[in-house]
Amino acid sequence: MFIDGMPVIAEADETVATVLLRQAELWARTTPVSETRRAPYCMMGVCFDCLAIVDGIVVQACLAPVRDGMTIERQLGRRSVAS
Amino acid sequence: MSAAIVARRFALNVLLVDEQPAPGGQIWRNIEAVAGTPRAEILGKAYVEGLSTLRQFRASGAAYEPGTQVWQIESGPRVFMSGNNAASSVEAGAVLLATGAQERPLPFRGWTLPGVMTVGAAQITLKTAGQIPQDPVWIAGSGPLPLLYATQLLNAGGQIAGFLDTTPQGNFLSAMPKLAAAAFWAPSDLLKGASWLAKLRRRVRYVANVTEIEAIGDQTVEMLRYVTANGAAATVDARLLLVHEGLVPTIHPTLALGCRHRWAEEQESFSPELDAWGQTSEPNVFVAGDGAGIGGATAACLRGEIAALRIVANAGLLGSEEADRMAKPIRARLKKALAARPFLDTLYRPRRSIFVPSDETIACRCEEVHVAQIRAEAKKGSRPGPNQIKAFTRAGMGPCQGRQCNYTIAHVLAQEEGRDAPDVGLYRVRPPFKPVTVNELASLNSKDTSQ
Repeated sequence: MFIDGMPVIAEADETVATVLLRQAELWARTTPVSETRRAPYCMMGVCFDCLAIVDGIVVQACLAPVRDGMTIERQLGRRSVAS
Repeated sequence: MSAAIVARRFALNVLLVDEQPAPGGQIWRNIEAVAGTPRAEILGKAYVEGLSTLRQFRASGAAYEPGTQVWQIESGPRVFMSGNNAASSVEAGAVLLATGAQERPLPFRGWTLPGVMTVGAAQITLKTAGQIPQDPVWIAGSGPLPLLYATQLLNAGGQIAGFLDTTPQGNFLSAMPKLAAAAFWAPSDLLKGASWLAKLRRRVRYVANVTEIEAIGDQTVEMLRYVTANGAAATVDARLLLVHEGLVPTIHPTLALGCRHRWAEEQESFSPELDAWGQTSEPNVFVAGDGAGIGGATAACLRGEIAALRIVANAGLLGSEEADRMAKPIRARLKKALAARPFLDTLYRPRRSIFVPSDETIACRCEEVHVAQIRAEAKKGSRPGPNQIKAFTRAGMGPCQGRQCNYTIAHVLAQEEGRDAPDVGLYRVRPPFKPVTVNELASLNSKDTSQ
């Protein structure tokens, strides 16, 4: 699977968030308010700090089981409505 | 799972909707994959014991939908859920919410920095991915979970840079009167906890009576500052900080449903008002497990069994008197399972500063609203409640829907207004409980599955 284009190895049954925690850069997104980095905090779906774009959809990385070939992009700042 | 097992014995149609990819909740997370591996040894006996419940559940014939999030429950009850980018709804005879607990929000300066996580998060990482922190980790908090995790981490070959115990000085003394009951009914649990603590103190730098912590860093946590009760302060290098100040019941769905809640002073949290069977103030909506009040795994399963008996009786598959008769021994075991709670709740009652943190602390993580802003609004004199604060500051409007800031807002307002937090109350929670895309809504196609 790929994080921002960089290939990474993952094991079956783990989540995108556990993979993120292994990277040198463990942050998943920057906040819409101040573009500050956030990394997984609760790992169980109640904090939403691990929001990342997985195969084109914004999901909680801690609830997303990994899949071969999955693409993950860090969510930067505020979403914008496509023109 | 326990409720499903009981309900299936009476041939009730059961559907278990699980946000996680596999059964087990948080306590027995990933147990099917872990059982029989070295990781099971590290996690300990209480974890492995869940396997038998899990196997019974798998064999029970209950339908199981993993990776699916419930986002709305309408009267009926009709349950709306999303999984695999599609939404669906199911009509049920009854709904049992076994949504467990979450770690208590514990704001402090720097708590939003990458590298600051809860102890539970680290334990989930160990359970799901067999992963432990690479560098020596700092743990700061209070309660059984940090002790358990520290033990598991050491068993796994991990290193702890230091353990900051934030249990307030004097708690043990206050808890003493309740120790006898706990020791009588749950001696092995107490001994286990005591042995974890003793082992920790022998092997790891242990600091007691920590009153304040602060995570410092630019893009990620780099240093940790802490202060102890006698005023001594220290700043240490820290790449990873794990924090924990107890658990609070997950009340998000019950709040959204409009169920009545009660304030449990001893656990400093709200829990839904429940009758003797676990039914909420909304007809045919039941709660079992830590969502009913923090009680631990054994109590959770027993509450599930009791609720299931009532649900089965309501469905006409079991006589009311028979249900009472069957519930009686389960209730006795439940009482025993909860016997150590008063002692533990008193012993681990958190320090006040996590409820009313300093001005520069972020109260609402999602919208980055600081405690100072909340106080400023409260000082304007109109005695705002949480919903006004939400409108004025955006606190509570972020994706977590107040799960990480609701208690903080209540306590800060209470402090400013000279009220009690339970009087102030929490945000109004509206569905969807979890984010739903427009695509999912468009794909909604109601299945008329009568339960």
